[in-house]
Amino acid sequence: MHVTDTQLTQASNWPDVVGICETYANDPHRMLDILRAIQDRYRHISQEAMEVVARQTGLSKIAVEGVASFYAFLSSDPKGRITIRLCDDIVDRFAGLTEIVEAFESELGIRMDETSPDGTFSLEYTPCIGMCDQAPAAMVNDVILTHLTPEKVREIVARLKSGERPEDLISHRFDELSPRERADRMVDGNIRHAGAVLLGPVPEDAGLKASLNLTPAQIIDTVEASGLRGCGGAGFSAGRKWRFAAETDAERRFIICNADEGEPGTFKDRVLLTERPHLLVEGMTIAARAVGAREGIIYLRGEYVYLRELIEEVLADRRERGLLGDRILGEDGFDFDIRLQMGAGAYVCGEEGALISSCEGLPGEPKTRPPYPVTRGYLGFPTVVNNVETLCHVARILDRGSKWFFGMGTEGSHGTKLFSVSGDCRNPGVYELPYGHSVAELLEMAGGEEAAAVLVGGPSGTMIARDTFDRKLTFDDLATGGAIVVFSRERNILEIVEYYMSFFVHESCGYCTPCRVGNVFLQKAVGKFRKGLANQADIEYLRDLSATIIETSRCGLGMTSPNPILSTLENFPLVYSAMVKPSKDRTRATFDIQSAISDARHLAKRRSYIFDRDFGE
Amino acid sequence: MTELPKARIATASLAGCFGCHMALLDIDERLIELMKLVEFDRSPLTDIKTFSHRCDIGIIEGGCCNEENVHVLRDFRRNCDILIGIGQCAIMGGLPAMRNAIMHSDEPLRECLEEAFITGRYIRNTTHNIPNDPALPLLLDEVYACSEVVEMDYHIPGCAPTGDVIYETLSSLLAGKFRGFEKEKIRFD
Ligand SMILES: Cc1cc2nc3c(=O)[nH]c(=O)nc-3n(C[C@H](O)[C@H](O)[C@H](O)COP(=O)(O)O)c2cc1C
Ligand code: SF4
Ligand code: SF4
Ligand code: FES
Repeated sequence: MHVTDTQLTQASNWPDVVGICETYANDPHRMLDILRAIQDRYRHISQEAMEVVARQTGLSKIAVEGVASFYAFLSSDPKGRITIRLCDDIVDRFAGLTEIVEAFESELGIRMDETSPDGTFSLEYTPCIGMCDQAPAAMVNDVILTHLTPEKVREIVARLKSGERPEDLISHRFDELSPRERADRMVDGNIRHAGAVLLGPVPEDAGLKASLNLTPAQIIDTVEASGLRGCGGAGFSAGRKWRFAAETDAERRFIICNADEGEPGTFKDRVLLTERPHLLVEGMTIAARAVGAREGIIYLRGEYVYLRELIEEVLADRRERGLLGDRILGEDGFDFDIRLQMGAGAYVCGEEGALISSCEGLPGEPKTRPPYPVTRGYLGFPTVVNNVETLCHVARILDRGSKWFFGMGTEGSHGTKLFSVSGDCRNPGVYELPYGHSVAELLEMAGGEEAAAVLVGGPSGTMIARDTFDRKLTFDDLATGGAIVVFSRERNILEIVEYYMSFFVHESCGYCTPCRVGNVFLQKAVGKFRKGLANQADIEYLRDLSATIIETSRCGLGMTSPNPILSTLENFPLVYSAMVKPSKDRTRATFDIQSAISDARHLAKRRSYIFDRDFGE
Repeated sequence: MTELPKARIATASLAGCFGCHMALLDIDERLIELMKLVEFDRSPLTDIKTFSHRCDIGIIEGGCCNEENVHVLRDFRRNCDILIGIGQCAIMGGLPAMRNAIMHSDEPLRECLEEAFITGRYIRNTTHNIPNDPALPLLLDEVYACSEVVEMDYHIPGCAPTGDVIYETLSSLLAGKFRGFEKEKIRFD
């Protein structure tokens, strides 16, 4: 749209927007921060505001709109002053989401996806917010509420309506509490088993100090020798990744911590960010020294905004103590600082390329690879992206040595791993265990022995049945970024599969047609099975289409999105075949002519001369 | 040497534009070769309206948009050994299936008909009515691919498939030598 002079003058009617842009030095790379701030301030991002932002940052309005429309937490329509986002993951559905929704709807007098006429409340669904061990859960603005019941909902709404802030629901002294106290009041820690590396006692900055006695190359050697593999899901050797970044010639290098934790059923990084934030920053600082990076970013998912202050406080504290900033621990040339980048509700932003796009102020779309981030990442410079847990491990490895870490776990999967267990079990929470335990052993610890199915690694992972619970939690057998979701006998496997397909449909960034459209078709096809309208050929169709999506998608989201279907076809074949209707005379029993013509019968106000036997009577 | 009995072929155009039948004639003089091997039973080409015998091959153009299409297609399935869909309409609904895109309406069929006969910008319908003669078959809620209604044995892709592909497919099927399509022949971009 052509911007006229009058519209430009109108920009001066938006001093706050101008101010917000200036806070970020009008830097287009900080677009996500700018838009988040505008959303917080005005509860939406209006066309006018986008024009002002475009002018301030020197971008076109369409570019600004491209970012604003990408993220679930940004909106162009005004949202309520209090926006309530209910996690609608299958875990929450099984934990009584329907009653929670009914309670919110009736108490607020609005339906889901609506905003109250006075602009006070908005009610929305959102995928897993990382509180699966305390479902049903919700976000109320930046506040997390867990273990919801209809009674609690009625009380919550009454208090909000009486003018209390969401923060007051947590404590009347909320403002006086420390960030850590606030987090603890909102969210249970639920550490069920502490292992030797991360959740047991951890000395402060011992790893960082040890790293000062090593050359960068020696640090990389140590990490590589420890056998540490990425904990975010893909399992790439951390040491090798660093080596690539260190070996690439460049003026700047970056360390990015991936705290996007979007895989449904995963909440172990939430626990590390709360319990071990110093260990994480220590790990990042070691990584910086190893690869020669002076700048770092922690990318925190929008759903974890309740941890923002806690992390900011840790960063500030470390700057003050000389553990971050210039001349770390008095060492000349050891300069490194970190900024916190908030996400805004997009699962795909956990994919490292999309995460970098998001940090650059672009829509969170994955990048074509190669080049890989280690050679061309953030702003085109070599960038190491590591998961929270990976970086925490690093700090411990530098303290205790690579042999110690290598000695735990199994061949190819060394050290310990955090597993976040949720669903139908008595003790949901986080378990730190050496690699190599069987699913059955973990289920026993978690009180989930009765499970009929376990989803290892979230929807992009593998769903297994009772007969293979002896399979091992290792990279070579059942790899997982941490999610272990337990389902009891009462659960309907196809309902679970259909939900997860809807999750991928919702979260696809839309760049690749097979992922954007194919997942819709897959979801519909699963729906056909659920309704008993599938025939034998539909099983082949599921397999064929899945193979196409996997082969032709650009990023890991598309490449793994058919997994809920493929792994249940493999491990629960009867669930599908029981729903298949065989053909009669080779005509499809699944095609229901009566329902197909019922609309037309009604519209034409007459009966069928072919299919209504009593026609003409 | 006794002459082999000729294969019987039936054809039908369901929700299609007749383009695929035209393509069938597009095999030009090879039609004479083909006619040595086959004879046509029920087909718009012969104007025979019902099956006189069981057929070896049924050829279907178009998907199912109304109840009569379903009826005819089922009849073909019951009376033909092999059923071949030709053209995108038969295979996946094709152009007529564009009406399936009206999804976000409570009454998609009504919306479709109203736009087609009353409210559409380029409509000159002086009666302002939606045709509703008792002889008109009832429309289906959506346009269905043939394979959603009956089991199909083969599909010849294209809109319309070329005469060459149709001829080669039919003659190799008749010779019992059909082994799928050559990639270049069914590549359209
Ligand atoms: C769709 C998608 C979502 C992802 N989400 C996350 C995530 O939330 N956290 C994470 O650490 N890695 C995630 N990953 C993996 C990252 O791309 C990347 O491999 C990882 O951050 C590298 O760190 P690591 O080697 O320490 O595991 C995701 C990958 C894909 C394809
Ligand atoms: S595979 Fe899906 S999520 Fe990934 S880039 Fe393609 S469309 Fe986007
Ligand atoms: S496939 Fe093309 S040529 Fe054949 S009936 Fe459909 S629209 Fe006509
Ligand atoms: S928070 Fe609801 S499933 Fe994770």
